[in-house]
Amino acid sequence: MEKHDCAALSRGEALRLGARDGIPIGLGYLAVAFSLGIIAEKAGLTAFQGFMASLLCNASAGEYAGFSLIMVRASLWETALITLIANARYLLMSCAMSQRMKRGTKLRHRLLIAFDLTDELFSIAVARAGCIEPFYSYGAMLTAAPCWAIGTAAGILLGEVLPPIIVNALGVALYGMFLAVIIPPARKSRILAGLIAVSFSLSWLFSAVPPLSSLSEGTRTIILTIVISAGAALIFPVKDDKEEEE
Amino acid sequence: MNDIWLYILVMAAVTFIIRALPLTLIRGRIENRFLRSFLYYVPYVTLSVMTFPAIISATGSPIAGAAALIAGIFCAWRGLSLVKVAAACCAVVLALEFVIR
Repeated sequence: MEKHDCAALSRGEALRLGARDGIPIGLGYLAVAFSLGIIAEKAGLTAFQGFMASLLCNASAGEYAGFSLIMVRASLWETALITLIANARYLLMSCAMSQRMKRGTKLRHRLLIAFDLTDELFSIAVARAGCIEPFYSYGAMLTAAPCWAIGTAAGILLGEVLPPIIVNALGVALYGMFLAVIIPPARKSRILAGLIAVSFSLSWLFSAVPPLSSLSEGTRTIILTIVISAGAALIFPVKDDKEEEE
Repeated sequence: MNDIWLYILVMAAVTFIIRALPLTLIRGRIENRFLRSFLYYVPYVTLSVMTFPAIISATGSPIAGAAALIAGIFCAWRGLSLVKVAAACCAVVLALEFVIR
């Protein structure tokens, strides 16, 4: 990643650089969004609904959770709560981002950056030296965000047409993406590695052992997330600044 | 179904609020250590819980699902990019299901 001082970049330059860095992200989005579209189709979304959902939400885990809830026609309150929990990591990213904003950055820039604050766009934005350049983020959004929406619509339209073997293969892309987010930090931290092992185990236990297994998937996710995270926070409180390392 | 638009609206609104609130409102640091630690752990726990055991039943065969999990952990451990990890999982399932059938 090239390092540029944001003060040295014109808006046009920043926009171009961002658009360029957004291309590989967009290509990845196409594939992952396709598998998300397959789930959206099972939940009963039309291609246009899937396109709009992805354009408005820009979230993999959050949309996955939302579509799963639409599938079982959960309540809107449950949907709001699970969306909140599935996207809770963006609270942290947004906090970290706020520390990197130039003083006096206008509200509309903060809101626009927040709108497409995904794992990938967050990581390329904070990987740059100096303060956050809004126009760099806009450039990356311009190339990456449409791919996410188009990929979702394509998954809804073509998920049924493609042979099952291809659909099955694409179905694990999202989980692969989740693993790519949680595993690398676990390599550096035994606590995180243990936490993931505990989460896997308890999640399996909850899905297999009655009466726990009779709870909805969303409810299980809420309970496990709150209990395990709170337990970890009590036993292994995070030292200062550690949460901004992501 | 029209009510799907309501779900999408709720999802979009909640997702945006989560991303926008800290960036626009919180200027100083969160001082409560428990809350900071809790928020730090939440993403890892949520994603872990959503990945397993769901990945096992995400494909046509549990064996392919389990292989995808192992391949994904291996590739992510080796530091491969998000896209490559996702692609590796897909490739493993594709190869295994091709052999199994």
